[in-house]
Amino acid sequence: MLMRTLNSLIAGLIALVLAAPILVVAGVSVNEKKSLTFPPQGFSLAWYAEVFTDPGWRGALITSLVVATLSAALAVLIAFPLAWFLWRWRAPWARAFEVLGMTPFILPPVITALGFLSFWAAVGEYGSPWTVVVSHAVFFVTLPLVTLSLGFGAVDRSYVEAAATMGADDRTVLRTVVMPLVRPYVISGFAFAFVLSLNEYIVAYMVVGFTLETLPIKIFNALRYGYTPTMAAVTVLFVTLTAVVFGLIAWFGDLPRLLGAWAKND
Amino acid sequence: MIRRAPRGLAEHAPILFPALMLVVFFVIPFSLMIAVSVFRRVPGGFYEPDLVFANYERFLTAFFGGVMSFSLGLAALVAVLSVGIAFPFTYRLVKLPRGAQIRWLVFLLSILSLSEVIIGFAWSTLLSRTAGITNLFVALGLMAEPQSLSPSFGALLAGLVYQAFPYTVLVLYPALARLDPYLEEAARTLGSSPLRAFFTVVVPGLRNTIVATTIMVFVFALGSYLLPQLLGRPQHWTLSVLITDQAIYQSNMPFAAAMAVFLVLVSLALVGLALLAGRREETA
Repeated sequence: MLMRTLNSLIAGLIALVLAAPILVVAGVSVNEKKSLTFPPQGFSLAWYAEVFTDPGWRGALITSLVVATLSAALAVLIAFPLAWFLWRWRAPWARAFEVLGMTPFILPPVITALGFLSFWAAVGEYGSPWTVVVSHAVFFVTLPLVTLSLGFGAVDRSYVEAAATMGADDRTVLRTVVMPLVRPYVISGFAFAFVLSLNEYIVAYMVVGFTLETLPIKIFNALRYGYTPTMAAVTVLFVTLTAVVFGLIAWFGDLPRLLGAWAKND
Repeated sequence: MIRRAPRGLAEHAPILFPALMLVVFFVIPFSLMIAVSVFRRVPGGFYEPDLVFANYERFLTAFFGGVMSFSLGLAALVAVLSVGIAFPFTYRLVKLPRGAQIRWLVFLLSILSLSEVIIGFAWSTLLSRTAGITNLFVALGLMAEPQSLSPSFGALLAGLVYQAFPYTVLVLYPALARLDPYLEEAARTLGSSPLRAFFTVVVPGLRNTIVATTIMVFVFALGSYLLPQLLGRPQHWTLSVLITDQAIYQSNMPFAAAMAVFLVLVSLALVGLALLAGRREETA
Protein backbone atom coordinates (compact mmCIF):
# COMPACT_ATOMS: atom_id res chain seq x y z
CA MET A 1 0.00 0.00 0.00
CA LEU A 2 2.79 2.38 1.02
CA MET A 3 4.74 1.25 -2.05
CA ARG A 4 1.76 2.03 -4.29
CA THR A 5 1.32 5.52 -2.87
CA LEU A 6 5.03 6.19 -3.21
CA ASN A 7 5.00 4.98 -6.82
CA SER A 8 2.08 7.19 -7.83
CA LEU A 9 3.71 10.08 -6.00
CA ILE A 10 6.93 9.67 -7.98
CA ALA A 11 5.03 9.25 -11.26
CA GLY A 12 3.05 12.38 -10.44
CA LEU A 13 6.22 14.30 -9.68
CA ILE A 14 7.81 13.23 -12.98
CA ALA A 15 4.65 14.24 -14.87
CA LEU A 16 4.72 17.60 -13.11
CA VAL A 17 8.39 18.27 -13.93
CA LEU A 18 7.79 17.25 -17.56
CA ALA A 19 4.79 19.53 -17.80
CA ALA A 20 6.11 22.45 -15.70
CA PRO A 21 8.03 24.37 -18.40
CA ILE A 22 5.08 24.06 -20.77
CA LEU A 23 2.61 25.16 -18.10
CA VAL A 24 4.68 28.25 -17.30
CA VAL A 25 4.92 29.10 -21.01
CA ALA A 26 1.15 28.60 -21.37
CA GLY A 27 0.63 30.97 -18.43
CA VAL A 28 2.94 33.56 -19.93
CA SER A 29 1.16 33.34 -23.30
CA VAL A 30 -2.08 34.78 -21.92
CA ASN A 31 -0.48 37.82 -20.27
CA GLU A 32 -2.33 41.00 -21.00
CA LYS A 33 0.76 43.18 -21.21
CA LYS A 34 3.70 42.64 -23.47
CA SER A 35 5.88 41.02 -20.85
CA LEU A 36 6.86 37.60 -19.72
CA THR A 37 5.48 37.33 -16.23
CA PHE A 38 4.16 34.40 -14.33
CA PRO A 39 1.64 34.04 -12.86
CA PRO A 40 0.03 35.93 -15.78
CA GLN A 41 -1.32 39.41 -15.19
CA GLY A 42 -4.75 39.72 -16.70
CA PHE A 43 -5.99 37.40 -19.40
CA SER A 44 -5.75 37.95 -23.12
CA LEU A 45 -5.61 35.80 -26.22
CA ALA A 46 -4.16 38.65 -28.27
CA TRP A 47 -0.78 36.91 -28.59
CA TYR A 48 -2.43 33.88 -30.16
CA ALA A 49 -4.15 36.17 -32.66
CA GLU A 50 -0.80 37.77 -33.44
CA VAL A 51 0.63 34.42 -34.52
CA PHE A 52 -1.89 34.42 -37.37
CA THR A 53 -2.07 38.14 -38.13
CA ASP A 54 1.58 39.22 -37.89
CA PRO A 55 3.07 38.55 -41.34
CA GLY A 56 6.40 37.39 -39.89
CA TRP A 57 4.91 34.77 -37.59
CA ARG A 58 2.25 33.70 -40.08
CA GLY A 59 4.87 33.31 -42.79
CA ALA A 60 7.06 31.15 -40.54
CA LEU A 61 4.05 29.05 -39.55
CA ILE A 62 3.07 28.43 -43.18
CA THR A 63 6.68 27.72 -44.16
CA SER A 64 7.02 25.15 -41.38
CA LEU A 65 3.75 23.42 -42.26
CA VAL A 66 4.60 23.27 -45.98
CA VAL A 67 8.15 22.03 -45.36
CA ALA A 68 6.96 19.40 -42.85
CA THR A 69 4.20 18.11 -45.15
CA LEU A 70 6.41 17.86 -48.23
CA SER A 71 9.42 16.39 -46.46
CA ALA A 72 7.34 13.82 -44.56
CA ALA A 73 5.68 12.79 -47.85
CA LEU A 74 9.07 12.48 -49.55
CA ALA A 75 10.43 10.49 -46.58
CA VAL A 76 7.55 8.03 -46.96
CA LEU A 77 8.15 7.84 -50.72
CA ILE A 78 11.77 6.88 -50.04
CA ALA A 79 11.01 4.49 -47.18
CA PHE A 80 8.05 2.62 -48.65
CA PRO A 81 9.68 1.01 -51.71
CA LEU A 82 12.77 0.20 -49.65
CA ALA A 83 10.83 -1.48 -46.84
CA TRP A 84 8.65 -3.32 -49.37
CA PHE A 85 11.67 -4.50 -51.35
CA LEU A 86 13.36 -5.85 -48.21
CA TRP A 87 10.20 -7.70 -47.29
CA ARG A 88 9.39 -9.02 -50.78
CA TRP A 89 12.78 -10.22 -51.95
CA ARG A 90 15.67 -12.07 -50.44
CA ALA A 91 18.37 -9.50 -51.01
CA PRO A 92 20.77 -9.18 -48.07
CA TRP A 93 22.78 -6.48 -49.84
CA ALA A 94 19.73 -4.20 -49.75
CA ARG A 95 20.07 -4.06 -45.95
CA ALA A 96 22.96 -1.68 -46.57
CA PHE A 97 20.42 0.92 -47.73
CA GLU A 98 18.34 0.31 -44.62
CA VAL A 99 21.42 1.01 -42.49
CA LEU A 100 22.02 4.18 -44.53
CA GLY A 101 18.47 5.25 -43.80
CA MET A 102 19.00 4.76 -40.07
CA THR A 103 22.36 6.51 -39.78
CA PRO A 104 21.37 10.21 -39.99
CA PHE A 105 19.04 9.73 -37.07
CA ILE A 106 21.61 8.11 -34.79
CA LEU A 107 24.50 10.53 -35.35
CA PRO A 108 24.46 13.98 -33.75
CA PRO A 109 22.31 16.15 -36.08
CA VAL A 110 25.02 18.77 -36.54
CA ILE A 111 26.94 16.23 -38.64
CA THR A 112 24.09 15.63 -41.08
CA ALA A 113 23.47 19.37 -41.15
CA LEU A 114 27.09 20.12 -42.03
CA GLY A 115 27.10 17.40 -44.69
CA PHE A 116 24.06 19.02 -46.31
CA LEU A 117 25.62 22.45 -46.05
CA SER A 118 28.77 21.34 -47.89
CA PHE A 119 26.69 19.46 -50.45
CA TRP A 120 24.23 22.24 -51.31
CA ALA A 121 27.05 24.77 -51.41
CA ALA A 122 29.03 22.52 -53.77
CA VAL A 123 26.14 22.06 -56.22
CA GLY A 124 25.27 25.75 -56.02
CA GLU A 125 21.83 25.30 -54.48
CA TYR A 126 22.65 26.57 -51.00
CA GLY A 127 19.70 28.59 -49.74
CA SER A 128 17.15 27.35 -52.27
CA PRO A 129 13.86 26.79 -50.44
CA TRP A 130 13.36 23.23 -51.71
CA THR A 131 16.71 22.02 -50.37
CA VAL A 132 15.32 21.97 -46.85
CA VAL A 133 12.52 19.64 -48.00
CA VAL A 134 15.00 17.12 -49.44
CA SER A 135 17.34 17.50 -46.44
CA HIS A 136 14.55 16.89 -43.92
CA ALA A 137 13.19 13.96 -45.94
CA VAL A 138 16.58 12.21 -45.88
CA PHE A 139 17.23 13.20 -42.27
CA PHE A 140 13.90 11.79 -41.07
CA VAL A 141 13.55 8.83 -43.45
CA THR A 142 14.43 6.64 -40.45
CA LEU A 143 10.98 7.11 -38.93
CA PRO A 144 8.78 5.78 -41.78
CA LEU A 145 11.46 3.17 -42.43
CA VAL A 146 11.10 1.84 -38.87
CA THR A 147 7.29 1.93 -38.79
CA LEU A 148 7.03 0.37 -42.26
CA SER A 149 9.47 -2.43 -41.42
CA LEU A 150 7.26 -3.20 -38.43
CA GLY A 151 4.18 -2.98 -40.65
CA PHE A 152 5.48 -5.35 -43.33
CA GLY A 153 6.80 -7.67 -40.62
CA ALA A 154 3.26 -7.94 -39.27
CA VAL A 155 1.75 -9.00 -42.63
CA ASP A 156 0.75 -12.67 -42.54
CA ARG A 157 2.48 -14.26 -45.52
CA SER A 158 -0.23 -16.89 -45.91
CA TYR A 159 -2.66 -14.20 -47.15
CA VAL A 160 -0.11 -13.19 -49.73
CA GLU A 161 0.44 -16.81 -50.77
CA ALA A 162 -3.29 -17.36 -51.05
CA ALA A 163 -3.63 -14.33 -53.32
CA ALA A 164 -0.64 -15.43 -55.40
CA THR A 165 -2.07 -18.94 -55.78
CA MET A 166 -5.30 -17.47 -57.12
CA GLY A 167 -3.25 -15.75 -59.80
CA ALA A 168 -2.63 -12.25 -58.43
CA ASP A 169 0.62 -10.69 -59.58
CA ASP A 170 2.93 -8.66 -57.31
CA ARG A 171 1.24 -5.39 -58.11
CA THR A 172 -2.25 -6.74 -57.36
CA VAL A 173 -1.08 -8.38 -54.14
CA LEU A 174 0.51 -5.11 -53.03
CA ARG A 175 -2.61 -3.11 -53.84
CA THR A 176 -5.31 -5.43 -52.54
CA VAL A 177 -3.68 -7.39 -49.72
CA VAL A 178 -0.54 -5.71 -48.40
CA MET A 179 -1.47 -2.04 -48.72
CA PRO A 180 -4.60 -2.18 -46.54
CA LEU A 181 -2.61 -4.00 -43.84
CA VAL A 182 0.31 -1.57 -43.76
CA ARG A 183 -1.69 1.65 -44.24
CA PRO A 184 -1.72 2.53 -40.50
CA TYR A 185 2.06 2.20 -40.46
CA VAL A 186 2.38 4.47 -43.50
CA ILE A 187 0.28 7.08 -41.75
CA SER A 188 2.19 6.88 -38.48
CA GLY A 189 5.54 7.02 -40.30
CA PHE A 190 4.34 10.14 -42.08
CA ALA A 191 3.11 11.65 -38.82
CA PHE A 192 6.38 11.00 -36.98
CA ALA A 193 8.40 12.59 -39.79
CA PHE A 194 5.94 15.51 -40.02
CA VAL A 195 6.11 16.38 -36.32
CA LEU A 196 9.89 16.09 -36.15
CA SER A 197 10.37 18.20 -39.27
CA LEU A 198 8.06 20.83 -37.82
CA ASN A 199 10.30 21.13 -34.77
CA GLU A 200 13.70 20.66 -36.38
CA TYR A 201 16.14 23.52 -36.10
CA ILE A 202 19.75 22.87 -36.97
CA VAL A 203 19.43 21.20 -40.38
CA ALA A 204 16.90 23.81 -41.51
CA TYR A 205 19.11 26.59 -40.17
CA MET A 206 22.29 25.36 -41.85
CA VAL A 207 20.54 24.71 -45.16
CA VAL A 208 18.16 27.65 -45.64
CA GLY A 209 18.38 29.61 -42.39
CA PHE A 210 19.10 32.90 -44.08
CA THR A 211 16.53 32.70 -46.86
CA LEU A 212 13.64 30.79 -45.36
CA GLU A 213 12.42 31.12 -41.81
CA THR A 214 10.76 28.08 -40.25
CA LEU A 215 9.07 28.50 -36.88
CA PRO A 216 11.91 27.12 -34.74
CA ILE A 217 14.31 29.49 -36.53
CA LYS A 218 11.89 32.37 -36.07
CA ILE A 219 11.55 31.58 -32.36
CA PHE A 220 15.32 31.42 -31.90
CA ASN A 221 15.83 34.70 -33.75
CA ALA A 222 13.08 36.31 -31.68
CA LEU A 223 14.81 35.06 -28.50
CA ARG A 224 17.88 37.08 -29.35
CA TYR A 225 15.96 40.30 -29.79
CA GLY A 226 14.02 39.99 -26.58
CA TYR A 227 11.11 37.93 -25.41
CA THR A 228 7.54 38.54 -26.46
CA PRO A 229 4.46 36.61 -25.36
CA THR A 230 3.88 35.72 -29.04
CA MET A 231 6.72 33.21 -28.73
CA ALA A 232 4.93 31.64 -25.81
CA ALA A 233 1.70 31.46 -27.83
CA VAL A 234 3.51 29.81 -30.76
CA THR A 235 5.12 27.35 -28.38
CA VAL A 236 1.76 26.38 -26.90
CA LEU A 237 0.26 25.95 -30.38
CA PHE A 238 3.18 23.72 -31.38
CA VAL A 239 3.02 21.58 -28.27
CA THR A 240 -0.71 21.14 -28.77
CA LEU A 241 -0.32 20.22 -32.43
CA THR A 242 2.39 17.67 -31.55
CA ALA A 243 0.28 16.10 -28.80
CA VAL A 244 -2.76 15.94 -31.11
CA VAL A 245 -0.79 14.16 -33.85
CA PHE A 246 0.54 11.55 -31.42
CA GLY A 247 -2.88 11.23 -29.81
CA LEU A 248 -4.30 10.41 -33.27
CA ILE A 249 -1.56 7.84 -33.88
CA ALA A 250 -2.42 6.20 -30.56
CA TRP A 251 -6.15 6.38 -31.39
CA PHE A 252 -5.87 4.74 -34.79
CA GLY A 253 -2.82 2.55 -34.31
CA ASP A 254 -1.19 0.28 -31.79
CA LEU A 255 1.21 2.73 -30.16
CA PRO A 256 2.97 0.30 -27.77
CA ARG A 257 3.60 -2.02 -30.70
CA LEU A 258 4.90 0.82 -32.87
CA LEU A 259 7.34 1.62 -30.09
CA GLY A 260 8.59 -1.94 -29.90
CA ALA A 261 6.52 -3.68 -27.22
CA TRP A 262 4.91 -6.94 -28.20
CA ALA A 263 1.14 -6.92 -28.49
CA LYS A 264 -0.74 -8.44 -25.57
CA ASN A 265 -1.72 -11.56 -27.54
CA ASP A 266 1.76 -12.44 -28.80
CA MET B 1 5.01 -16.23 -52.45
CA ILE B 2 8.51 -17.53 -52.85
CA ARG B 3 11.21 -15.22 -51.55
CA ARG B 4 14.21 -15.40 -53.82
CA ALA B 5 16.83 -12.98 -55.02
CA PRO B 6 15.37 -10.37 -57.37
CA ARG B 7 16.29 -10.73 -61.04
CA GLY B 8 16.35 -8.26 -63.86
CA LEU B 9 15.62 -4.57 -63.93
CA ALA B 10 11.87 -4.90 -63.40
CA GLU B 11 12.28 -6.68 -60.08
CA HIS B 12 15.01 -4.33 -58.96
CA ALA B 13 13.13 -1.21 -60.03
CA PRO B 14 11.40 -0.47 -56.68
CA ILE B 15 14.67 -0.03 -54.82
CA LEU B 16 16.19 2.29 -57.40
CA PHE B 17 14.52 5.47 -56.18
CA PRO B 18 15.29 5.02 -52.43
CA ALA B 19 18.82 3.87 -53.22
CA LEU B 20 19.43 6.84 -55.48
CA MET B 21 18.03 9.33 -52.96
CA LEU B 22 20.09 7.93 -50.08
CA VAL B 23 23.28 7.81 -52.09
CA VAL B 24 22.93 11.26 -53.65
CA PHE B 25 21.61 13.05 -50.58
CA PHE B 26 23.33 11.21 -47.77
CA VAL B 27 26.42 9.30 -48.91
CA ILE B 28 27.68 12.07 -51.18
CA PRO B 29 27.16 14.94 -48.68
CA PHE B 30 28.75 12.85 -45.95
CA SER B 31 31.77 11.96 -48.11
CA LEU B 32 32.04 15.55 -49.24
CA MET B 33 32.19 16.68 -45.63
CA ILE B 34 35.04 14.24 -44.97
CA ALA B 35 36.83 15.55 -48.05
CA VAL B 36 36.35 19.17 -47.02
CA SER B 37 37.96 18.41 -43.66
CA VAL B 38 41.35 18.04 -45.39
CA PHE B 39 40.82 20.96 -47.79
CA ARG B 40 42.72 24.18 -47.42
CA ARG B 41 40.84 27.24 -46.33
CA VAL B 42 41.05 30.27 -48.59
CA PRO B 43 40.58 33.62 -46.84
CA GLY B 44 37.18 35.06 -47.71
CA GLY B 45 35.14 32.08 -46.71
CA PHE B 46 35.99 29.51 -49.35
CA TYR B 47 38.18 26.47 -49.57
CA GLU B 48 40.05 24.61 -52.27
CA PRO B 49 40.85 20.93 -52.70
CA ASP B 50 44.03 19.91 -50.97
CA LEU B 51 45.30 17.38 -48.50
CA VAL B 52 46.23 19.16 -45.31
CA PHE B 53 45.80 18.03 -41.74
CA ALA B 54 46.11 21.48 -40.19
CA ASN B 55 42.39 21.43 -39.39
CA TYR B 56 42.84 18.29 -37.34
CA GLU B 57 45.93 19.61 -35.62
CA ARG B 58 44.06 22.72 -34.63
CA PHE B 59 41.60 21.05 -32.36
CA LEU B 60 44.36 19.24 -30.58
CA THR B 61 45.01 22.60 -28.92
CA ALA B 62 44.16 23.22 -25.28
CA PHE B 63 41.04 25.27 -26.09
CA PHE B 64 39.37 22.68 -28.29
CA GLY B 65 40.59 19.90 -26.04
CA GLY B 66 38.78 21.67 -23.21
CA VAL B 67 35.56 21.99 -25.21
CA MET B 68 35.81 18.37 -26.23
CA SER B 69 36.25 17.06 -22.70
CA PHE B 70 33.47 19.35 -21.47
CA SER B 71 31.11 18.04 -24.20
CA LEU B 72 31.95 14.43 -23.43
CA GLY B 73 31.71 14.90 -19.66
CA LEU B 74 28.40 16.73 -19.94
CA ALA B 75 26.94 14.05 -22.22
CA ALA B 76 28.10 11.33 -19.80
CA LEU B 77 26.53 13.10 -16.83
CA VAL B 78 23.25 13.58 -18.71
CA ALA B 79 23.24 9.91 -19.78
CA VAL B 80 23.81 8.60 -16.25
CA LEU B 81 21.18 10.90 -14.72
CA SER B 82 18.60 10.15 -17.44
CA VAL B 83 19.00 6.38 -17.24
CA GLY B 84 19.05 6.53 -13.43
CA ILE B 85 15.65 8.22 -13.41
CA ALA B 86 14.17 6.62 -16.51
CA PHE B 87 14.92 2.98 -15.72
CA PRO B 88 12.79 2.63 -12.58
CA PHE B 89 10.20 4.88 -14.21
CA THR B 90 9.93 2.71 -17.35
CA TYR B 91 9.87 -0.41 -15.18
CA ARG B 92 6.71 0.93 -13.51
CA LEU B 93 5.32 2.24 -16.82
CA VAL B 94 5.21 -1.16 -18.53
CA LYS B 95 3.13 -2.55 -15.65
CA LEU B 96 0.44 0.10 -15.93
CA PRO B 97 -2.89 -0.72 -17.62
CA ARG B 98 -2.76 -0.29 -21.40
CA GLY B 99 -4.76 2.95 -21.47
CA ALA B 100 -2.54 4.67 -18.90
CA GLN B 101 0.56 3.41 -20.73
CA ILE B 102 -0.65 4.93 -24.00
CA ARG B 103 -1.40 8.28 -22.36
CA TRP B 104 2.13 8.36 -20.92
CA LEU B 105 3.63 7.37 -24.27
CA VAL B 106 1.78 10.16 -26.10
CA PHE B 107 2.94 12.63 -23.46
CA LEU B 108 6.57 11.45 -23.69
CA LEU B 109 6.55 11.46 -27.50
CA SER B 110 5.21 15.01 -27.47
CA ILE B 111 7.99 16.20 -25.17
CA LEU B 112 10.56 14.28 -27.24
CA SER B 113 9.45 15.94 -30.47
CA LEU B 114 9.66 19.44 -29.06
CA SER B 115 12.23 21.58 -30.74
CA GLU B 116 15.34 22.32 -28.70
CA VAL B 117 14.37 25.96 -29.20
CA ILE B 118 11.06 25.43 -27.47
CA ILE B 119 12.59 23.40 -24.64
CA GLY B 120 15.26 26.06 -24.19
CA PHE B 121 12.70 28.87 -24.20
CA ALA B 122 10.38 26.98 -21.81
CA TRP B 123 13.19 26.26 -19.36
CA SER B 124 14.68 29.74 -19.47
CA THR B 125 11.19 31.08 -18.72
CA LEU B 126 10.72 28.58 -15.89
CA LEU B 127 14.07 29.62 -14.41
CA SER B 128 13.74 33.35 -15.07
CA ARG B 129 13.34 36.02 -12.44
CA THR B 130 10.05 37.43 -13.72
CA ALA B 131 8.16 34.29 -14.67
CA GLY B 132 10.11 31.55 -12.97
CA ILE B 133 9.81 29.00 -10.27
CA THR B 134 11.45 31.26 -7.69
CA ASN B 135 8.24 33.33 -7.67
CA LEU B 136 6.53 30.22 -6.35
CA PHE B 137 9.17 29.84 -3.64
CA VAL B 138 8.64 33.47 -2.65
CA ALA B 139 4.89 32.91 -2.47
CA LEU B 140 5.50 29.89 -0.23
CA GLY B 141 7.79 31.93 1.97
CA LEU B 142 10.88 29.86 1.13
CA MET B 143 12.73 32.72 -0.52
CA ALA B 144 12.95 36.44 0.10
CA GLU B 145 12.78 37.61 -3.50
CA PRO B 146 12.67 35.98 -6.94
CA GLN B 147 15.96 35.43 -8.72
CA SER B 148 17.20 34.22 -12.05
CA LEU B 149 18.57 30.66 -12.14
CA SER B 150 19.60 30.71 -15.78
CA PRO B 151 22.05 30.75 -17.52
CA SER B 152 24.02 28.36 -15.40
CA PHE B 153 25.43 24.87 -15.50
CA GLY B 154 22.52 23.63 -13.40
CA ALA B 155 19.99 25.10 -15.83
CA LEU B 156 21.78 23.51 -18.76
CA LEU B 157 21.89 20.14 -17.02
CA ALA B 158 18.18 20.34 -16.14
CA GLY B 159 17.27 21.22 -19.73
CA LEU B 160 19.40 18.42 -21.18
CA VAL B 161 18.05 15.76 -18.82
CA TYR B 162 14.54 17.00 -19.61
CA GLN B 163 15.23 16.61 -23.32
CA ALA B 164 16.91 13.21 -22.91
CA PHE B 165 14.40 11.69 -20.47
CA PRO B 166 11.62 10.81 -22.99
CA TYR B 167 14.25 9.47 -25.39
CA THR B 168 15.69 7.28 -22.63
CA VAL B 169 12.27 5.93 -21.66
CA LEU B 170 11.44 5.09 -25.27
CA VAL B 171 14.77 3.31 -25.80
CA LEU B 172 14.26 1.28 -22.60
CA TYR B 173 10.58 0.61 -23.26
CA PRO B 174 10.83 -2.39 -25.65
CA ALA B 175 13.32 -4.25 -23.44
CA LEU B 176 11.31 -3.71 -20.29
CA ALA B 177 7.97 -4.41 -22.00
CA ARG B 178 9.31 -7.76 -23.14
CA LEU B 179 10.80 -8.65 -19.77
CA ASP B 180 9.62 -12.02 -18.54
CA PRO B 181 7.41 -11.27 -15.51
CA TYR B 182 7.84 -14.81 -14.14
CA LEU B 183 11.43 -14.18 -13.09
CA GLU B 184 10.41 -11.42 -10.79
CA GLU B 185 7.36 -13.34 -9.59
CA ALA B 186 9.61 -16.27 -8.73
CA ALA B 187 11.82 -13.98 -6.67
CA ARG B 188 8.76 -12.57 -4.95
CA THR B 189 7.40 -16.05 -4.18
CA LEU B 190 10.71 -16.94 -2.65
CA GLY B 191 10.29 -14.05 -0.27
CA SER B 192 12.04 -11.05 -1.84
CA SER B 193 10.59 -7.61 -1.28
CA PRO B 194 9.63 -5.76 -4.51
CA LEU B 195 12.59 -3.46 -4.09
CA ARG B 196 14.96 -6.36 -3.52
CA ALA B 197 13.54 -8.26 -6.48
CA PHE B 198 14.07 -5.15 -8.61
CA PHE B 199 17.71 -4.78 -7.63
CA THR B 200 18.68 -8.46 -7.53
CA VAL B 201 16.69 -9.80 -10.50
CA VAL B 202 15.56 -7.04 -12.86
CA VAL B 203 18.60 -4.75 -12.84
CA PRO B 204 21.30 -7.45 -13.21
CA GLY B 205 19.19 -9.25 -15.82
CA LEU B 206 19.08 -6.12 -17.93
CA ARG B 207 22.62 -4.95 -17.27
CA ASN B 208 23.53 -4.91 -20.96
CA THR B 209 20.35 -3.06 -21.88
CA ILE B 210 21.22 -0.44 -19.29
CA VAL B 211 24.76 -0.08 -20.62
CA ALA B 212 23.55 0.10 -24.24
CA THR B 213 20.89 2.68 -23.37
CA THR B 214 23.37 4.82 -21.44
CA ILE B 215 25.64 4.90 -24.49
CA MET B 216 22.72 5.78 -26.81
CA VAL B 217 21.65 8.64 -24.55
CA PHE B 218 25.27 9.76 -24.40
CA VAL B 219 25.33 10.09 -28.21
CA PHE B 220 21.94 11.83 -28.12
CA ALA B 221 23.15 14.36 -25.54
CA LEU B 222 26.36 14.89 -27.50
CA GLY B 223 24.22 16.28 -30.32
CA SER B 224 22.58 19.00 -28.24
CA TYR B 225 23.15 22.31 -29.89
CA LEU B 226 20.72 25.00 -28.80
CA LEU B 227 20.33 24.27 -25.10
CA PRO B 228 23.96 25.12 -24.28
CA GLN B 229 23.42 28.49 -25.99
CA LEU B 230 20.06 29.17 -24.36
CA LEU B 231 20.63 27.82 -20.84
CA GLY B 232 24.40 27.84 -20.42
CA ARG B 233 27.18 30.40 -20.46
CA PRO B 234 29.77 30.55 -23.23
CA GLN B 235 32.08 28.27 -21.24
CA HIS B 236 29.31 25.63 -21.43
CA TRP B 237 29.22 25.57 -25.20
CA THR B 238 29.58 22.11 -26.68
CA LEU B 239 31.32 20.77 -29.75
CA SER B 240 28.08 21.02 -31.78
CA VAL B 241 27.88 24.75 -31.05
CA LEU B 242 31.50 25.24 -32.02
CA ILE B 243 31.09 23.31 -35.26
CA THR B 244 28.17 25.50 -36.30
CA ASP B 245 30.00 28.62 -35.22
CA GLN B 246 32.99 27.74 -37.39
CA ALA B 247 30.83 26.72 -40.36
CA ILE B 248 28.40 29.66 -40.38
CA TYR B 249 29.96 32.60 -38.58
CA GLN B 250 33.70 32.05 -39.08
CA SER B 251 33.12 30.63 -42.59
CA ASN B 252 35.75 28.02 -41.87
CA MET B 253 34.18 24.93 -43.39
CA PRO B 254 37.36 22.80 -43.41
CA PHE B 255 37.83 23.24 -39.67
CA ALA B 256 34.12 22.67 -38.96
CA ALA B 257 34.23 19.54 -41.10
CA ALA B 258 37.31 18.23 -39.29
CA MET B 259 35.56 18.64 -35.94
CA ALA B 260 32.45 16.97 -37.37
CA VAL B 261 34.50 14.02 -38.61
CA PHE B 262 35.92 13.65 -35.13
CA LEU B 263 32.40 13.74 -33.67
CA VAL B 264 31.31 11.08 -36.19
CA LEU B 265 34.15 8.79 -35.15
CA VAL B 266 33.38 9.17 -31.46
CA SER B 267 29.65 8.64 -32.06
CA LEU B 268 30.11 5.63 -34.34
CA ALA B 269 32.50 4.02 -31.87
CA LEU B 270 29.96 4.53 -29.10
CA VAL B 271 27.00 3.29 -31.18
CA GLY B 272 29.08 0.22 -32.07
CA LEU B 273 29.73 -0.38 -28.37
CA ALA B 274 26.03 0.04 -27.61
CA LEU B 275 25.06 -2.49 -30.29
CA LEU B 276 27.66 -4.91 -29.00
CA ALA B 277 26.42 -4.58 -25.42
CA GLY B 278 22.81 -5.03 -26.54
CA ARG B 279 23.58 -8.05 -28.68
CA ARG B 280 25.42 -10.02 -26.03
CA GLU B 281 22.32 -10.05 -23.89
CA GLU B 282 20.16 -11.41 -26.70
CA THR B 283 22.45 -14.38 -27.23
CA ALA B 284 22.91 -14.96 -23.52
